[in-house]
Amino acid sequence: MATRGFFGRRPADDAAKRLPPGQYLERGFPVLSAGPTPHVDMASWTFTLKVGPRPVKKWTWGQFTALPRTAIHKDIHCVTKWTKLDTDWDGVSVDAILADAGVTPPTPWLLAHSFDGYTTNVPYKDVAGDMGIVATSYDGAPISPDHGGPARLLVPHLYFWKSAKWINGLQFTERDEPGFWELRGYHIYGDPWREQRFTGDP
Amino acid sequence: MTQAEVLPPRLVWQEAEVRRIVQQTPTVKSFFLAPPAWHGFVAGQHIDVRLTAPDGYQAQRSYSIGSPPEAAEVELVIERLSTGEVSPFFHEVVQVGDMIEMRGPIGGHFDWQASDGGPVLLIGGGSGVVPLVSMLRHRAAAAPDVKMGLVYSARRFEDVIFRDELLARAAAEPDSALHLALPREAAPVAGPRHGRIDRAFIAEALAGLGAPPKLCFVCGATAFVEVASMFLVEIGVPFAAIRTERYGGTPAEDPIKADVAPEE
Repeated sequence: MATRGFFGRRPADDAAKRLPPGQYLERGFPVLSAGPTPHVDMASWTFTLKVGPRPVKKWTWGQFTALPRTAIHKDIHCVTKWTKLDTDWDGVSVDAILADAGVTPPTPWLLAHSFDGYTTNVPYKDVAGDMGIVATSYDGAPISPDHGGPARLLVPHLYFWKSAKWINGLQFTERDEPGFWELRGYHIYGDPWREQRFTGDP
Repeated sequence: MTQAEVLPPRLVWQEAEVRRIVQQTPTVKSFFLAPPAWHGFVAGQHIDVRLTAPDGYQAQRSYSIGSPPEAAEVELVIERLSTGEVSPFFHEVVQVGDMIEMRGPIGGHFDWQASDGGPVLLIGGGSGVVPLVSMLRHRAAAAPDVKMGLVYSARRFEDVIFRDELLARAAAEPDSALHLALPREAAPVAGPRHGRIDRAFIAEALAGLGAPPKLCFVCGATAFVEVASMFLVEIGVPFAAIRTERYGGTPAEDPIKADVAPEE
């Protein structure tokens, strides 16, 4: 049913096609986080790959950024309704991390961990190939702390809360383990094109 | 357990009638909604509204709830953003009796209930005060012995949302305190600071709580939240005790400037 008196402001057709349902076009780059911005010391930065509770390999910043790199050019979609088109990222693919550790995916589920205690779950299939990277650069420059620097997960085809800021590890889990927002009413998978914002959305 | 108990609750869209509209400041109005299927919420949570044009085009936005869980109606407090798509519609078109599609409540982190206890420090910039006022109102109704302080930055005295209520609460409620900062003008009454929020202003509010805060809630435009939450960290409030909600905004569309003092 139409809302009385509402006509709306549509984006141009080419942009409209790239907007998932309920999203609007954002030209800036809003910041949304559950707490203060942590300022991570690069000298003590580490990234840990775990299988269940067991650490498999740990990288320093120098070791991590020396891994083979993958560039991503994609639109990003925040569950708070904004979509930003044509963003450019560069980093290390999850597959490159696994290859360096000599690990083949032992389970279908990953849980990303961050320096601030944040977690979010992502199926391995959603980061396989070049679908998901641990990004260390945005738009050709280091990622600023408020946008998740020095490193954040990037899984652009899912709502952006899945792209964990300040990431410090990935963990294979025995089951699909809900993370921070998934435990607080947000969708377990989060596909913007199916508008999976909240728990129970189809 | 039955299957119904296992399945997570689903947030369904529903049409809520606009029962009352109250002009709060020159740029802010409250819209009191009566959703037919509403099972309560926790102070600090928000709802989504969805507007539909005759051709089926839809726009969605999130708005914080200003009313406390004890109130019969859901109060949305909406600031008119001149370049916005949805807030000008609310301000210029919506009338009492209109039906607005909404779903909620949403959010399970930036919220406070009596059982969470205190002391609690609330820091709001501009319309970021809205979910904090829900917490203040809930405190007064459900846990008046919890110490709660509100640090609030508004541009001018006339921009202070819920001004009369906040001043009255601060005067009448012994365990609630108001620390008002007006960067753009001196207030015509005694009390508010003429200037921006800085580290000392927040430290003073924290000291007024009498004990370390159990929780701090910071809400407002992104730049405001970044700086205010960093002050809390620098003062020594544990990272995990600080919860934030950033209303986002970029300079072009955000009329609420970061009314906090930047790093020295």
